[in-house]
Amino acid sequence: MDDLPVDKVLVRRLCDRDESAFALVLDRWSGGMLRLARSYVSTEASAAEVVQETWLAVIEGIDRFEGRSSLRTWVYRILTNTAQRRGSREHQMVPSDELGQPTVDPQRFQSEGQPFPGHWWEPPPVWPEPEGGVLTDEVRGLLVAALEELPERQRVVIALRDAEGWPADEVCELLDITAANQRVLLHRARAFVRAKLETYYTQEETS
Amino acid sequence: MNELECRQFVEQVTAYLERALTPAEEQAFVDHLTECDGCERYLDQVRQTARALDALPTDALSPESRTALLNTFRDRPS
Repeated sequence: MDDLPVDKVLVRRLCDRDESAFALVLDRWSGGMLRLARSYVSTEASAAEVVQETWLAVIEGIDRFEGRSSLRTWVYRILTNTAQRRGSREHQMVPSDELGQPTVDPQRFQSEGQPFPGHWWEPPPVWPEPEGGVLTDEVRGLLVAALEELPERQRVVIALRDAEGWPADEVCELLDITAANQRVLLHRARAFVRAKLETYYTQEETS
Repeated sequence: MNELECRQFVEQVTAYLERALTPAEEQAFVDHLTECDGCERYLDQVRQTARALDALPTDALSPESRTALLNTFRDRPS
């Protein structure tokens, strides 16, 4: 998906005030940035402001970019810093219970003394495959709502990994978290969203 | 290696997809997968969930902000 010029070329063009290069990154990254900003702030309008503010900082600071990370990581770090500053004003941090808890309801599994302890009572119900990979509006809405319900860190990770397609190591670098931590956050987030889809598809079948 | 239970399997799905299991863990995971339709379906649904998120459309900047940013970029002294 990234057929942008390599960083070196891109950065040189940006420093040379090449407007087409700026338009390229602006159009390529703003959508993902808006989505990520929404993980920190509570309205679309604030997210748009965060993205705007980020790009202004990028224009202001591009000459000082040293290439210690990728350009994308650098831009996104400005975004997360900007969004976090604003986010902490907008809502209180939700305490997260990210570790230790099972991600699937324990009651789905047989307990000790049952014929197969630790195994499914009822396997997960079958889902319909979306036709040609196209989601219905209802499913889209459900996914967006599910993301909103996630704790901030889980939401940021799943947005970057699954919605934006970032590799794990770049997410770790951006958020300054370990690979193991990144995995736990992604796992919990995916399990949560999967469960929402399951509820939706199950209800749809019985209604 | 002990046999994996379904409730353990579901907690290893992401580690499996990220290729972060040890060889022994991965073997136990795959062995379980071949024998358990429920877990095979669970794994598949996690993949399907990730694909669905990938298919979510992204918003775009409003044309006004896009134009404003391009103007700011253009007007910045070098």
